[in-house]
Amino acid sequence: MAQIRVEGLHKAFANFVAVGDSNFTIDDRSFFVMLGPSGCGKTTTLRMIAGLELPTEGRILLGGDDVTSQRAAQRDIAFVFQLFALYPHMDVAHNIGFPLRCQGVPGKQIRRQVDDTARMLRIENLMNHKVSKLSAGDRQRVALGRAIVRRPKAFLMDEPLGALDSEFRHLMCNELRDLHERIGATTVYVTHDQMEAMSMADRIAIMNQGYVEQIGTPQEVYSRPASMFVADFIGSPPMNFLPLEGPVRTGDRAVSVFGARVDVPEVREDIPEGPFALGVRPEHVTLSDSAPLRGQVFGTEYLGTTQIVTVDMADVQLKARLSASVPVSAGDAVGISLDSRHLVVFGGKSGRAAKSELFEDVRHG
Amino acid sequence: MAEVVLREVTKRFGEVEAVADFSLSIADGEFVVLLGPTGAGKTTTLRLVAGLEAPDGGQVYIDGRDVTKAPPAVRDVAFVFQQYSLYPHLTVYDNLAFPLRSPARRVSEAEIRKRVGEIAELLHIEKKLENRATRLSGGEMQRVAIGRALVRQPMIYLMDEPLSSLDAKLRTELRLELKRIQMELGATILYVTHDQIEAMTMASRIGVLREGKLLQVGTPREIYERPESAYVAQRLGMPQINLLPAAALPGVRAPEEVKTIGIRTDHVNIVMANGAALAAQVHRVEHLGDQNHVHLNCNGHTLVTLSDPRQPLAAGQEVGLEVVAPLYFDASGQRIEAAAEHTAEITARGL
Repeated sequence: MAQIRVEGLHKAFANFVAVGDSNFTIDDRSFFVMLGPSGCGKTTTLRMIAGLELPTEGRILLGGDDVTSQRAAQRDIAFVFQLFALYPHMDVAHNIGFPLRCQGVPGKQIRRQVDDTARMLRIENLMNHKVSKLSAGDRQRVALGRAIVRRPKAFLMDEPLGALDSEFRHLMCNELRDLHERIGATTVYVTHDQMEAMSMADRIAIMNQGYVEQIGTPQEVYSRPASMFVADFIGSPPMNFLPLEGPVRTGDRAVSVFGARVDVPEVREDIPEGPFALGVRPEHVTLSDSAPLRGQVFGTEYLGTTQIVTVDMADVQLKARLSASVPVSAGDAVGISLDSRHLVVFGGKSGRAAKSELFEDVRHG
Repeated sequence: MAEVVLREVTKRFGEVEAVADFSLSIADGEFVVLLGPTGAGKTTTLRLVAGLEAPDGGQVYIDGRDVTKAPPAVRDVAFVFQQYSLYPHLTVYDNLAFPLRSPARRVSEAEIRKRVGEIAELLHIEKKLENRATRLSGGEMQRVAIGRALVRQPMIYLMDEPLSSLDAKLRTELRLELKRIQMELGATILYVTHDQIEAMTMASRIGVLREGKLLQVGTPREIYERPESAYVAQRLGMPQINLLPAAALPGVRAPEEVKTIGIRTDHVNIVMANGAALAAQVHRVEHLGDQNHVHLNCNGHTLVTLSDPRQPLAAGQEVGLEVVAPLYFDASGQRIEAAAEHTAEITARGL
């Protein structure tokens, strides 16, 4: 098992920058997720780590060794695409043992490693079954087994759960994470699905147009997003943005939204240029008759324990996550109150988060 | 718009009973969602209402008329499919106008202009009317496809997973739009999906299907809070309801015949204090942002529930559980109504 380091990694296709000057370290035994929309450079980065693509500039270190110029086969990495690609005519044991047979490993050792893998995946009882007869979940496990059996230094996975419907996908996320804890292999996982990233990752890198916008734990990127892009990409529903009258200055403890004063965590930098926005997560919005911020309920969506209430405010819509027991319906005029402790002020053309008390807390632990 | 009734409808394909003894009334102006996995008979039910399939038994009534043997054209229904199929060489306007220009309908061009304008406004695509259909984004195309159904005023709209081919963000947006449009038009809709969130957020009533059978029909709240069986209880709610054998929860004073106890996140509190009757160990905390899913080991069983993101919980930690008014199921999986004194007693003991 090994640490993975990416230093000044850059990849250009003619004039198009697919990955721009990327730097990060993936700790040994950790689960690292690269998250972003299609075309953000996440798959290209993964392919460079795998050795399937050569960088234009920069270095890749695997367990301290520079592997930048090594071919994929020399890197001791297992690459997992969609988890369903199995050989339908072989039984489970042969599917799992296949990568070892390709390497010319002796039969006795193959059997031992295949048995170990089966135990780890808890599929010992399926070893003689044809894969075509298996349930979807068991097929996923077999496909994983084929990646694990070689005991590589790292696993690279490119949207392995993309073909599954959402409920089953969440179940598989839990299973992958449990498996990761049992074998503790360094894993780099690429997805466009924020739920997968939040559910499994130790750390997430959010990518946008070739560049890494933020790297952090799921809680960090959710609670303290570095930019509007991150805040909008993470969360379901994502963070709300309300237009703000700028500029913002060091020491500001309140901002003006639709003419109403809203307290915010103390701002710790000057941002002279707009546009400005106030970011608020749906669970930090409550309805309050006396609040000066006003709106009209556009619709409610019942979710069992909670409901999502969408409120029209001038030209923006604000989503609130409230208890399902709060009586509210479309057309109601409501007051909006925001939990000041968790608000984020964004400013400038790139929509960067202003430094504030909220972010300072992180550095103090 | 009109009332639609299915009475004891059965449809077989060879040995397989795709729809079995299916009875359902959809009231005028109602949004009914059929929820079930692939193969539950959802799409077949829609096709039976549309007249694209003929039932082997039972009747279909639209607006009080028995249409069981009537061809699709005279039933006056509008169908929206999963994959939007627009005419790529036509503009958005002409795509929307197409159903009204059918020779069977004889709608004047002035009337067509008025209807298309209204629908385009409703769907927020009024600025795109002169665009070629191929020049639209996925979400716009699906809006036009829905608009092409809405431009007519049929007896009922039949929708087969119309949002499933869209990405998550657009799906969320159109979910809310579709519900708003349905309420504004007072439209009658029969909608099928395998997505519990679509069902819960849009439906006036949900019908839960399994293997061709309609297990329960009710408002989203009724189905969530008072499911008739353990199967139905598992269909709604994230995280999924925890089903534990009654024997594993000796502290919960369930009625005699209860074999399985269903615990939703609303039915359990995690407490730090020692001495809770039910001890558990934190296996993993999943940080999903607004919610933390806590995976617990409890007497050898796994239990997943939500916790407040501010509650400090870590893997390996020992905690206590308070179970409050859970759901009870008998050996066959049917729900048993807990007597009032049971619930009261459990709550009072904080158990």
